[in-house]
Amino acid sequence: MIEIQHINKSFEDRHILNDVSVVFEEGKTNLVIGGSGSGKTVMMKCMVSLYTVDSGKILYDGRDFTLSTEDEKRDIRKDFGMVFQGGALFDSQTVAENVAFPLEMFANMTLAERNERVDFCLNRVNLTADHDLYPSQISGGMKKRVAIARAIALNPRYLFCDEPNSGLDPYTSIVIDNLILEITEEFNITTIINTHDMNSVLEIGQKIIYLNKGQKWWEGDKHSILETDNEEVNNFVYASELFKRIRKASK
Amino acid sequence: MFVGAALTIQTAFNIDSPFIPLYAVGLATRDSIILEFSPTIISLILAGKVGSSIASELGTMRVTEQIDALEIMGVNSSSFLVLPKIIAALFINPFLVIISMAIGMAGGWFFGLLAGVITTTEFVYGVKYAFQPFYITYALLKTVVFAFLITSISAYFGYYTAGGALEVGASSTKAVVYSSIFLLLTNFLLTQMLLS
Repeated sequence: MIEIQHINKSFEDRHILNDVSVVFEEGKTNLVIGGSGSGKTVMMKCMVSLYTVDSGKILYDGRDFTLSTEDEKRDIRKDFGMVFQGGALFDSQTVAENVAFPLEMFANMTLAERNERVDFCLNRVNLTADHDLYPSQISGGMKKRVAIARAIALNPRYLFCDEPNSGLDPYTSIVIDNLILEITEEFNITTIINTHDMNSVLEIGQKIIYLNKGQKWWEGDKHSILETDNEEVNNFVYASELFKRIRKASK
Repeated sequence: MFVGAALTIQTAFNIDSPFIPLYAVGLATRDSIILEFSPTIISLILAGKVGSSIASELGTMRVTEQIDALEIMGVNSSSFLVLPKIIAALFINPFLVIISMAIGMAGGWFFGLLAGVITTTEFVYGVKYAFQPFYITYALLKTVVFAFLITSISAYFGYYTAGGALEVGASSTKAVVYSSIFLLLTNFLLTQMLLS
């Protein structure tokens, strides 16, 4: 379980996160939603310590990450898997080498075991061929899948996904969403996903946190989000014409 | 090669006095190449080539979140990415400079001969005349210091790039400019310390 308590983060005079407290549940997909500039990515980067919080606590199974030394942070980070918005695959390595990278660095495996694990992870994200292609030679959806395969290579306990389906077509987005959900449930991972895609929210939103102007405005799940009377949340959920029509039809 | 050639021809051209022996051309070419031209010019070229390459590679890795990905995995990204580059330059640059010394002097001899300003016997005699092995030590010492400066300064600018493609280009330019300036400044300081 991950718990953040009263975290604040500013960049110079811009206050990005304002007293945010959330409990992210184990074995579930925890979606952080909100408009652009609401503080989702900053919050995620604070949680993985790419940014240092100004105040507040970030607890991983009770261990306070904010008080940890750099070496302790590196140790805790070995339990992390992260899927970046752009994939962040290493350009100089092939698909298979990208997935093998964390195994080479941290797993005590023979070459055969490592190759087997790489094949398993790539098969798990439905990439059975193209192992020898470079990131520049594959599509955006494939990059996201390779990034997921790399993120799960070391059996992480916590999976962070920053807008995993941004820039993807609706069908591929659903594939990626379902993949993340399956992996979360299969390996009992605490998954945190930043998104502003309502399809994802309704597809895999087991727990949803709505951020607005750097504050937590609402918390619930994919069922309760459709019924909330919170005006800000409703403006976000029913922003698109499609959802407005669905709402109208359901009434 | 062409620097050696130019040095030979210029030295020969400037020797007017009949009291200065012609083998002094070989000697001047040797000393100029070993003491200054090979370590400094090769390092300046490497500052442009390798420095911009390191800065743009690390800068691109930074803006595309590849460095963040390394950090998340628990890898110490600065030592993982920067240290091998510094060590590689410390080992390889001296070899490049030694090769450039040989090619520079060969160029001086060949083009001097071709221009008819010196004979092989005189040039070789000049190259061998009053040779001090410390000059090579001095040149290689400078090269190692320059290699460290080029890689560390370039890696610094690349690693701390923030923004996008524009900033990667700016980091690359800064890396070359600062490396070159520090290289020339250090060249002066080392010369003062080691040869005075």
